[in-house]
Formats: sequence, structure tokens, C-alpha cells
Amino acid sequence: MLDIQDLRIHFRNAPPGKDAVKGICLHMDRGEILGLVGESGSGKTVTAMALAGLLSNAKTQLTGQIFFEGLDLLQASRETVRALRGKDIAVVFQEPMTSMDPVMRVGPQVEEALLVHTDLSPQERRQRALAAMADAELPDPETVYRKYPHELSGGMLQRAMVAAAIISEPKLLICDEPTTALDVTIQEGILNLLKKINREKGTGILFISHNLHVVRKLCTRVAVMCKGELLEEGPVDEIFFRPQAEYTKGLIAAIPTRRKRG
Amino acid sequence: MLLAKKWDRRPRAAADAGRHRNHFLWMGSILTGIMLVLILVGYVWTPYETTGMSGTEKFLAPCLAHPLGTDNFGRDILSRIMEGAGSTFFIALCVVLIGGIVGTIIGCLTGYFGGVPDLVLMRVCDAITAFPSILLALVLITIVGYGKYPIILILGILFIPSFARVVRGEVAKERNLNYVASARLMGAGHLRIIFRHILPNTIQVLLPIAAIGFNNAVLAEASMSYLGLGVQPPDASLGRMLSEAQTYLARAPWYALFVGLAIVVMILGLSLLTEGLQQRRRS
Amino acid sequence: MRYIIRKVLTLIITLFMVSLLAFLAFQVIPGSPASSMLGTNATPEKIAALEAEMGLDDPVLVRYARWAGDFIQGDWGQSYSYDMPVKDMVMEKLPATAALVLLAFAITVAAAFPLGIATARREGSLLDRVITVVNQVCMSIPPVFVGILLCFLFGITLRVFVPGNFVSFQDSPGQFFLYMLFPALSVALSRIAMTVKMLRSSILDEMNKDYIRTAFSRGRTRADALRHHALRNAIIPVIAFLAVTAAELVAGSIVVEQVFTVPGVGRLLLSSIGSRDFPVAQAVVVLLATWVVVVNFIADILYQYMDPRIRIQ
Repeated sequence: MLDIQDLRIHFRNAPPGKDAVKGICLHMDRGEILGLVGESGSGKTVTAMALAGLLSNAKTQLTGQIFFEGLDLLQASRETVRALRGKDIAVVFQEPMTSMDPVMRVGPQVEEALLVHTDLSPQERRQRALAAMADAELPDPETVYRKYPHELSGGMLQRAMVAAAIISEPKLLICDEPTTALDVTIQEGILNLLKKINREKGTGILFISHNLHVVRKLCTRVAVMCKGELLEEGPVDEIFFRPQAEYTKGLIAAIPTRRKRG
Repeated sequence: MLLAKKWDRRPRAAADAGRHRNHFLWMGSILTGIMLVLILVGYVWTPYETTGMSGTEKFLAPCLAHPLGTDNFGRDILSRIMEGAGSTFFIALCVVLIGGIVGTIIGCLTGYFGGVPDLVLMRVCDAITAFPSILLALVLITIVGYGKYPIILILGILFIPSFARVVRGEVAKERNLNYVASARLMGAGHLRIIFRHILPNTIQVLLPIAAIGFNNAVLAEASMSYLGLGVQPPDASLGRMLSEAQTYLARAPWYALFVGLAIVVMILGLSLLTEGLQQRRRS
Repeated sequence: MRYIIRKVLTLIITLFMVSLLAFLAFQVIPGSPASSMLGTNATPEKIAALEAEMGLDDPVLVRYARWAGDFIQGDWGQSYSYDMPVKDMVMEKLPATAALVLLAFAITVAAAFPLGIATARREGSLLDRVITVVNQVCMSIPPVFVGILLCFLFGITLRVFVPGNFVSFQDSPGQFFLYMLFPALSVALSRIAMTVKMLRSSILDEMNKDYIRTAFSRGRTRADALRHHALRNAIIPVIAFLAVTAAELVAGSIVVEQVFTVPGVGRLLLSSIGSRDFPVAQAVVVLLATWVVVVNFIADILYQYMDPRIRIQ
């Protein structure tokens, strides 16, 4: 479904040769959950934003190929890529609080993708939004629909963001550290939700995180990035028990375990 | 499909940012420079006596002898603009100095010590700034009386809040920073901390406010003097000249035009200069 | 609802403070109104008698209470210079000023919003750069000078109107509008420029926020994200600015009425100050101050209507 070939991302205000992403190749199958891990500044978020076509042309320069369902996103017209966004490729961002329009009710934001991509009537959109919110396990969708973002908790908002992302049943769901800004207890719920969505709807999920522990719970395969380069990738257990790169070993060692704490 | 996207093309907005900034800075410097030269030269020398009337040279259009023409009394307009601009400049400068110094002191003290006085003073400042300064100036001038120094005093007082508020905000912010705490630990007194440590850091925000204040003072003085409530004869003022010139608008349009342009150049020069400097600092 | 009640209370207190200050301001002016009313044939006895008759020897607060009570009931006192009730004099002049200010405000909003949105939408384009420069220039022209330029251009050169003339609404609505248009343009010009600048930078600020990126991720185009998300958010700070504009337009109209000889309250204020006719000046000042306070009140209410984050508190 997704095939990245030699992707390079250069920030125009950075000196030449200093690329944020230095030619990575990555492959993702339909319905797969792929984890992309690395510390902050490793280029994982930039890569995700490039996939979603959210990098500003004015600030970044991209080379290489990103094939999505056989279409090279970097060669396709702006309009073609825009038509994919929110329909086949959806994104859940890190900060639910700032990622929602503060002066718009939650409901219309959840159904925004339908407004852009379909000709559904307002009533149909509303029904789909309520269904998606129920899928995202939001309690009392009718009430939440009418709330403003500041009236909801971070966890509720992130569920609403997930609902907004899955409403048009995308093939690829990009989750950029969706649990980092949330309490640990709430993180668990969001991870289970993503797993359920993947299982029931067959949505491919690209899960970006700096937290290997979280990635291990959710993903089938994992790719490790460091300083703009892809160090290694493979099945999650493979990476965990037989890490090749020193960097990955370090990352794994940094996971707090019960024994270390005790 | 449409044409392929060219990722490597440098977008127009980014490419132009550099040129744009220079425009503002350059134009601002040139206009301000011209005005400053006219004003400073005007303090010591003008092409003609500003009081030199001539019955035969009334309403002369711009010519070699009188580059900006002459007025209803045959006086040289360039000379009078130089004198009037000088007077307006002096008034605006005094207003900014009064407002700036008093406002800074008030802002520093209330911002640093906080408490009830801070709350009360800032509410008063809010109230004063809510009202248009010309309206307040009209009321105050009725009480104090007309003339050059009353108007300096009144506008100066009215401009205090705008400075006090900005300085207060900055001081309140700076107060919580580490270097203030360490200065306290080293035994520095409150006043010493305020004026030696905090104040120098607020200069950056103070300068644009001073420039805006200066322009507002020029505008206010011109309006008040135009209405006959500001500078009184024999003191010169661009605002009063504008009101005179309007009477002869049909006969000598250049009179009003040049006087008005002098005000515009004065304000525009400084605002372009400030804008340019701010843009340069941002990038 | 609690928010509105609190705001109404603040409004009443503010109006009380403002009227008290306006009253006191005209009390500290040296010279007794009685002596100026009697003019040359004033003797100390006559002055004292008149002062007693006018109640001028009562304590200040008693006089304020009496004046404020009368003012609310519609008795604004008697003019010193003309043997006329102040209210009649002010009401005669009010329509022209009200029309001037409202027209100027309408022009400001009607011009500033499309321009601000257009420049923000096409940031960095030729249009944007031209308007940015024009803005800087327009902000630097005093309303008086704009008025004089318009007088020269449309009055003297093109003869669209006669400078120094005025046509009332009763005589000819069309001509009245024409005679109001140029003064309104003069006060509005610099405010348009400021509003455009403010709106543009406010929109561009919003366009850099996270929720716009979210809108993009759902397939919104830049224009759509601007219209449906950024604009609503960007307008919130502009509302407060428009309140200031509404206040400043009144101040500007005082000056511009003089340029175009519009028979409004601004000119009445100036002439009453000139002739030391303080009951008239005081009434006009209180009226204009009330306008400023009320406009800020309306802005506060609008503000909380536009921003749900305040609405809840």
C-alpha cells in the first residue's frame, strides 16, 4: 500500500547537505500497524507529515518517491494529493487541545472530512459523525457533538480526533505521537482503540512514537529512525530481542522495567 | 493530471522577504533624514524670514525663488514649513519624553511591586486609553488654557498610560526571571534592580512604542492646532498652517498640499523606519 | 447570562464615573458662570444672587446629583450663550454626527474586511505587497489632510460638492449622503488601513496554528481553511480593535466636521468651548463619552459571543 523510496527532506533554512531525513526507504502493507520510533529530532514526525502532504513547499524540499497505492505523491499534482487527504490518508496529531479549532463545536470538526470529500446531506454527515464517535468509544456522542473543544478532556478530544480521522474509512491512518500528551491511564485506552479500529476496519496505521514500550504493545512491525536515517526495521519481537544497531539497544535499555525499578 | 509539482522552486514569498524589508528601512531612513535636516537647519537658518511679508509676492506658485510658493501674506512657504515642522517636532518630542519618562517610572514601580496600587493604576490607564486622546485633550485644554506648553503638558499626561502599560508588562515578566533573583541574593536594592537590571531589557519594546507615541503626538498636535486649540500665534505649527491654507485652497492649493505633505512625511518616515527595524530584528 | 449581568453592572458604574469626571472637569474651570452670564454689568451682589439662584453655592456632590438626575430625565440645562435648552441645541446637531460616524464605521468594515482577507489569502503576492505599502502611507495621513485633499479634488476641481456647504437629510437624502460621504471617507481612511493590517496579521497568525494543519489533513484547501477556521478565530481580537475604531471615529469627526463645515456636535463642542458655554460642552462631552463606553460594552458582549472559551466562565 505504502512504499517510500529514498525519501529526502531538506529544510530550506538549514545549510545545504544538512537534511532532516536522509534518504529512507520504508514499506507498509495494507492493514498493517507499523511503528516508527526514534527520539525527538530523528525525523520521524517530518516523515509522517511528508506522507500526509502537510509540509509547506516554501519551507521544505522533498526528493525521492512516496508511492501510495501505486501513485507517487511527490509527483502527483497538489490537487490529487489534497483529494487523498482526509479520505484515504488521515492523521491524528500529538496535541488534541491545539489541533482542534477552539471556536467550532466538536461535531462539525469530526465530520469535516465528509464535508470536503462527499456530497452527503448535513443529516447524513451528522449520523456518520455520531457513528464514528461511537466507534471511537466516546461516551454519549450526542452531547459531545455539541461541545466546544475546551469543554472536553484531553483523552475525550483525542478520541474525537480519532473519530474525525476514521470517519471516511481511510486506508492509512497516521498517528503522530497520539498518546504523548495524555495521562498514562488514558494512553492505554487510545492504544486499545487504535488496535480495535485496525482489526475491525482493516485500517493501516503508521504509529509514530518515541516510546518503544507503547510501540511494542500495538505494532506488528517497527522501524527505528535516528538523525534522519533509518537504522533498522523488522517484526516487533525481532527488533526487541535481537536489536542490530547500538542505538536501538540503547532505546530498549531505556525502557523502565519492573526489575530495574525494584 | 495537472503539471508535476516543482518542489525545488523557491517560493515568491520567501524570496521577496529580503527585498521587502530593505524597502521599508530605506524609505523610512530617507524620509526621516530629509525631515530631520529640514527641521535642524530650520532652527538656525531659513531661506526667508518667516515673518517677512510681501504684498507683491502673495500666492506665488512654486518657483526657483520660492520652491514651495508663498502664502496669503507673501511669506515663503518652505521657510514657514521648516519653522512649523520644527515646532511640531519639538512638541511631539516633549510629549514623548514626558509620557515616556513618567510612564516608564510608573510602569516599573507598579510592575515590580504589584499589589493594589498596580491594579488601580492599570485600571485608570485602561480607562484613559479607552477614550480618544483628542476628546480628552479638548476637555483638559478648556481647563488649562490654550498654547504651546499647555498642549505639551496635556498630551504628555495623556500619553503616560500607553508607556506605563507596556513597561509594566515587561517588568512583571522580567521580575520572575533568574537574573533578578540572583541580583537580589547579591544584595542589590529594589530600585537598583529595577533601573540597572530590568529597565535596560525593556528598551527593545519601548522604542517602537515611543515611535508610535511620537506619531500620535504629531497627529494630535496637528489636529488640535488646526482646530485653533493648540499652538497659538506667534508660535508656528503645521496644524495651524493647514487651517490657514484651507481658506485659500482654491487660490493656492500647493500651500495646503505642501504643509500636509510635511506632516505625512514626518509620520510616514518614522513609521516605515520602525517597521523596517522590527522586521529586521525578526528575521 | 451571568457574564452579561456583570458587564451591565460594569457599564453602569463606568457611566457613573465618566459622568462624574466630566462634571468635575467643568467645575474646576476658573471663573464663575454667573459672572460671565451677566457680562459687563456684573456687580458682586448680582453675581452672588444669580449663583444662589442657579444653586452654584451648594457642595459639588449635591450639584452633581442634581445635574445627573436632571440629565437622565432629559433636562440638560440652559445654554449660557443662547437662551435655549442645551438638549435642543445638541439634538439639532446630533443627526449629522451620528450619520457621519455610522457611515465612516460602515465604510471601515466594508473596506477593511475584504482587503484584510484578500491580503492574508495571497500573502507575499503583488496585491499583498502593494496594499501593505499603501496601508503604511494611509496610516500616516491625518484625517484633516485627507479631508482637505478630498475638498480640493472633489469639491474644487471636480465640483462634485461645494466645500463649506451642507445639505440636510430633510432637504435631499441623496445630496445629504454625498455631503456625508467625503467627511466619512476622511475619518475612515487611516482606520481602514489599520484594520486591514491588524486583520491580515491576525489571520496569518491563526494560519500557523495546529488546528489549521488539522484542517489541511482533512483535505481542506488553504482558502477553505482560511475561510472556515482561521477567519472566525482571527476576528476575535479584531472586535476589540473595532471598538477602539468606533471611539476614534468620533474623535476624528470632531476635526473633520470642521474641515467640511458639517453642522454636528463636534463643531458645537468646539464653539461652546470657545465661547465658554460650559453646559453645552459638558453635555456633548458626556454624550461622546457615553458612546465610547457603550461601544466598548457592545464589543465585550460580541467578544464573549464569538469566543466560546469566555462564554462558559
